[in-house]
Amino acid sequence: MREAIAEHVRDGDTVVIEGFTHLICFAAGHEIIRQGRRNLTLCRLTPDLIYDQMIAAGCARKLVFSWAGNPGAGSLHAFRRAAEGKGPPLELEEYSHFGMVARLSAGASRLPFWTLRNYMGTDLPGANPAIRTVACPYTGEVLATVPALNPDVTIVHAQRADSEGNAQIWGLLGVQKEAAFASRRVVVVVEELVDQAEIRADPNRTLIPGLIVDAVVVEPWGAHPSYAQGYYDRDNEFYIRWEPISRDPAALSSYLDEFVHGVEDRKAYVERCGGLAKLKAAQRVCAGVNYGF
Amino acid sequence: MGSEYTPSEMMTAVAARELRDGEVVFVGIGLPNLACNLARETHAPNLVLIYESGAVGAVPERLPVSIGDPALVTGSLMVCSMADVFQYFLQNGRIEVGLLGGAQIDRYGNINTTVVGDYAHPRVRLPGSGGAAEIAVHAHRTVVISRLGRRVFPERVDFITSPGLRANGRTRKELGMPGAGPTTVITDKAILEADPESGELVLASLYPGITADDVAQGIGWALRSRSRLAEVPTPSGRELHLLREVLDPKRLYLKQ
Repeated sequence: MREAIAEHVRDGDTVVIEGFTHLICFAAGHEIIRQGRRNLTLCRLTPDLIYDQMIAAGCARKLVFSWAGNPGAGSLHAFRRAAEGKGPPLELEEYSHFGMVARLSAGASRLPFWTLRNYMGTDLPGANPAIRTVACPYTGEVLATVPALNPDVTIVHAQRADSEGNAQIWGLLGVQKEAAFASRRVVVVVEELVDQAEIRADPNRTLIPGLIVDAVVVEPWGAHPSYAQGYYDRDNEFYIRWEPISRDPAALSSYLDEFVHGVEDRKAYVERCGGLAKLKAAQRVCAGVNYGF
Repeated sequence: MGSEYTPSEMMTAVAARELRDGEVVFVGIGLPNLACNLARETHAPNLVLIYESGAVGAVPERLPVSIGDPALVTGSLMVCSMADVFQYFLQNGRIEVGLLGGAQIDRYGNINTTVVGDYAHPRVRLPGSGGAAEIAVHAHRTVVISRLGRRVFPERVDFITSPGLRANGRTRKELGMPGAGPTTVITDKAILEADPESGELVLASLYPGITADDVAQGIGWALRSRSRLAEVPTPSGRELHLLREVLDPKRLYLKQ
């Protein structure tokens, strides 16, 4: 992880760490904090706890997002302090989920923008001048547009991949495929490294092909406290605990000292958290299909 | 009567009754999710639950703690990407009902989940749209669930995140929105409905023991009322049993 972040995430980069509630690569976010990256433009539909931590750690110059809360548990207070003028400044660029999905779809297709039937009657275009309109050349209908998002680097957590980065994901798929294809560089972080034969045995499950991947990192528990379907459940108690931690800048700072700066790597983090075994997933194995011909 | 069920239980039961069997519903977490589960256990076993996270036909075995809970995936009919959810389900016109909440809801059913105060210098920064803006545009109809309060129901929201029946003076038709918008607003004291002529939310039904004046106390504009107000039945014994013993025994969402 240390090498992958050192090589692929640079000061001033536009960075996407995707995963919608599922497979959020906290391990990569923590390593970016440890390496002291600055002036990043952080993009994610839901900044979640990981970007709240990166904002608090001073990594971010700008946040591009569509829903900035602590899912099911409260607020992201480092984000809120910045947005409410009570913390270090943070530039905001705001869309809806559909808008962010559309931006990454355009980026993945290497088109300059994407059209969607949306935003009429909302105040979002007033708040974000990048949301514009275009008249359809066939029907004349006025449609909303959003610009392509092409990150410098996208980091995706997956359940498994081979050493070339052919990555398989199951469960919620979010926008990882669009984000990876939109990106200039791609880092894949996995729970398990498997032989390519295992990937080839079930090619429909491959979401991200190795040919667009620049680095593969093996990092078990790398998505904690989010979850990895089939590996471990969401650590909801931690999401609830984040509310008081992030509300108090001193508590947030000592959290970062203890669990990010104070550990050398993910293995040490997992040991420091302790008791994660209770989150291990139960067995619900599907039967598989016949790929014969 | 009032002590036999809580406002949350009443709101959830009323929301569940709004859903018809077989409908395709775009679901959020919290009371909307609970209302869908209650409807499935009572009159609407064939309700199709779609979550913005990509789970289609979800049958969660536990109450989801977030909109991306792994329990939404296990046993669902389909899991698709979010691009598919927004383009092929929502924009395609496949979503019949959207359930929404909000920090502010105004006279025309516009919803604010973005900021309290000025956008550039907010007093309170809220999470933002998520999928709410597009749900409000595309769902065939939306059902809004919120407790009454003058600050929650102002004459005009500080920011229109999700457009209602008339946004910045223009009707949905003028704005080219496919869906009908917020037809029903379920509160803790009454049900408001959209007036088809004016696009204004009007008082339509009262909960038992509540007067129109009680409702007006929690509304920041001169609330008009239907000429004949219906009274909403209280939660049945079966509804309460399901909510308390089966669907939310830990009272995650039925706290009050």
